[in-house]
Amino acid sequence: MKKSIRICSALVICLAVLYLLQALLVPKYMLTSQEGALIGEYYANAGGNDVVFVGDCEVYENFSPITLWEEYGITSYIRGSAQQTIWQSYYIMEETFRYETPDVMVFNVLSMKYDTPASTGRGSQREAYNRMTLDTMRWSSSKWNAILASMTEEEKEKESMFTYLFPILRYHDRIGQLTKEDLQYWLHRDEISVNGYLMQTGVKPYTNPYVEKPLVDYSFGENSWYYLNKMVELCEKNGTQLVLIKAPSLSPVWWEQWDDQIVEFAAEHDLLYINMLNYQEEIGIDWQTDTYDAGLHLNVYGAEKASRWFGKILVEECGISDRRGEADVAAVWQEKINKYNAQKEQKKQ
Amino acid sequence: MQLTSFSFLLFAGGLLILYYLVPRKLQWPLLLIASTVFYLCGGVENVFYILFTGAVTYGATRIIEKNQGKFDKKTAKKKNRVWVILTACLVFGLLAVCKVRFTFQNILLPLGLSFYMFQSVGYVLDVHRGTVKAEKNPLKHLLFVSYFPQLVQGPISKYGNLAPQLFAHHPYDGKQVAFGLQRMLWGFFKKMVIADRIAVAVVALKGPQYTGLSFFVLTVFYAIQIYGDFTGGIDIVIGLSEAFGIRLTENFVRPFFSKNIAEYWRRWHISLGEWMKDYIFYPISISSPMRKLSKSARKKWPNFGKRIPVYAASFATWFCTGIWHGITPNFILWGMMNCVVIVASEELTPLYEKFHNRFHLKEKKWYACFEMLRMFMLMNLIRIVDLFPNVGEYFRRMGTMFTSFSVPFMKLGLTGLDYGILLGGIVLMFAVSLFQEKKGSVREALLKQNAALRYTLIFLLFLAVLLLGSYGIGYDAGNFIYNQF
Repeated sequence: MKKSIRICSALVICLAVLYLLQALLVPKYMLTSQEGALIGEYYANAGGNDVVFVGDCEVYENFSPITLWEEYGITSYIRGSAQQTIWQSYYIMEETFRYETPDVMVFNVLSMKYDTPASTGRGSQREAYNRMTLDTMRWSSSKWNAILASMTEEEKEKESMFTYLFPILRYHDRIGQLTKEDLQYWLHRDEISVNGYLMQTGVKPYTNPYVEKPLVDYSFGENSWYYLNKMVELCEKNGTQLVLIKAPSLSPVWWEQWDDQIVEFAAEHDLLYINMLNYQEEIGIDWQTDTYDAGLHLNVYGAEKASRWFGKILVEECGISDRRGEADVAAVWQEKINKYNAQKEQKKQ
Repeated sequence: MQLTSFSFLLFAGGLLILYYLVPRKLQWPLLLIASTVFYLCGGVENVFYILFTGAVTYGATRIIEKNQGKFDKKTAKKKNRVWVILTACLVFGLLAVCKVRFTFQNILLPLGLSFYMFQSVGYVLDVHRGTVKAEKNPLKHLLFVSYFPQLVQGPISKYGNLAPQLFAHHPYDGKQVAFGLQRMLWGFFKKMVIADRIAVAVVALKGPQYTGLSFFVLTVFYAIQIYGDFTGGIDIVIGLSEAFGIRLTENFVRPFFSKNIAEYWRRWHISLGEWMKDYIFYPISISSPMRKLSKSARKKWPNFGKRIPVYAASFATWFCTGIWHGITPNFILWGMMNCVVIVASEELTPLYEKFHNRFHLKEKKWYACFEMLRMFMLMNLIRIVDLFPNVGEYFRRMGTMFTSFSVPFMKLGLTGLDYGILLGGIVLMFAVSLFQEKKGSVREALLKQNAALRYTLIFLLFLAVLLLGSYGIGYDAGNFIYNQF
């Protein structure tokens, strides 16, 4: 008995040491590369959202859930992450349905252009983006499938699926690169977004048009279509309306030929598809003041305009009702508004 | 499935649990299944080579044993010699084809090819000599050929030592399993913390711009890399096998403590040295043509004539050892350099003795250290030729060794922290070796300590591998150097 207690105590101590080391070594995404924290912040806010956005930086930078609430009483959350691929978006959608069943799921279609992990960028860059999306996801079959679908060739070769299970195996070499941020956020995290929206207040005007080389082939890849079809099935199964959007960002270029394919797909599946690039004037985007990086993403002023415009669509086309009259919901959202305004003030300075 | 991969750890861990859960009579069939799975993971096409080797050597040993019972000793020996030669030609012929394709067409060698082929041919020779009985059960024979822990990089086991252990029943023995796992952990430390880290600097120093003292540093770094790599791999292999209750032959006994080259080769890659000695050196040196040649030479040059068989056998042995490592000129040169140093040191023995009798240095501790250091340097200079398929480049670099004395340590891909980790690791490795040399088993010594201290030390070693090991994304040095042989 005494021996088994000693063995158990030793095991507990070893596991505690390993846990603490892992917590120290994983990137914190609090002061640098904040995008990496977004997916994990959802769980504290899961449930009760009428609308959930899924996609890459074009969702978490271009839409403000606070504006949707303030203007239309729509509760929403953005499950976006940097260079989120369509297969990751699919599994994030699948995971979201474990926590809630929103009325509308909004998917930004830019990631249709990436058909395989290899096509999304250099290996190390892709791996970093994978980590930013997957590291903070909670464990579930959705996360496991997202990992398997996302791994680069090098990750497969190095059997990285195990390193997603035990991140210390991936970040062990950060032992020599620890920063103050690692110590400061060793055992806790701050919430850096407001319902998944990562606020930017800077202004960098759009001046020169983005020119990209025409493509040889504009057809989206098989894998992209496969996951888009799965999204349609998943939303149908859960009784949620899937809305496809192309967020108002000027780069990367959204080719007309790509747009045509999405229009056709949406018509075929009776989906609502809105290319917001076609409504820039109506939205009122001023590319001299509403972007923080010369047209790639909107700043908070642009995001508020885009949300104001899109909220109207959600109400009129999707029938989302105003919940501002629900006292308990309004109280929760008031706290979010306070946080949002405080962030806005702080970032302006 | 690399020995340092996650899948290998899972595979080995799962197998170990299963091994002690199944009825003992099923332990060896389980090992055979595991070996087959392990080999299949390396590529289905590889299975052909191991099945071919297994089938040829099984057939040969069965015929040889049949002949031994059917004919008188002399006739059987004569007939069987044909079968031995035929088997060796078939097996080594296939090995030669693979080596040629590897060298000239860059086609990967099937996993562990040289190791299991040498082991199998050695077994055929042992049956021919009557030192072991031929295995009747083809599946048991196949397990002897394919036993997976030693498949990747040896050691080259003898049938008489390995087979009885493979087929014996092994009850669970906690101490044995713990010792095996501890040895594996030590192997991972040497491979992943030291060898794979210093490999980055070795690759950099191979660059043509690094001459002068940098070449000397390369020889030292490569010695550390190959020692950590090869002995680390062997520790993993022997440790795993020990956990199964099967003790493989030792392949290294602290070779850098050797004071002369003969001792060095009794301590480094022992199983290959033994194989070469038993199946090439002795047969050649005592063969009748050699004895005749020696006899006639002795008439003209009494001293030299006496040694002809040893010289000829040494030449053949080292030529074959060189070829075993690779068929490029640098490996042949490597073998010949070893041969020359061994023969020269034999020839100079009387001179050394006179010197030692005069100065009485043998008793001095500092002289022993000097001898070890001298041996270390000499072997480093010979070993480094491994890295230069262009032999001319090797000599050119060596020629520049004392022409410039700056070494750009911080431009070799290692940081100050890396050098710190390396230094700590090498000191630990040296301390462990010194303890083993002077006092014996470190694991036995640890066992005598109280459990808290023992497990703390083991856990710290585990943490060192976990945190300081060179593995995962961004690290390329996963393969063991000896996998290529």
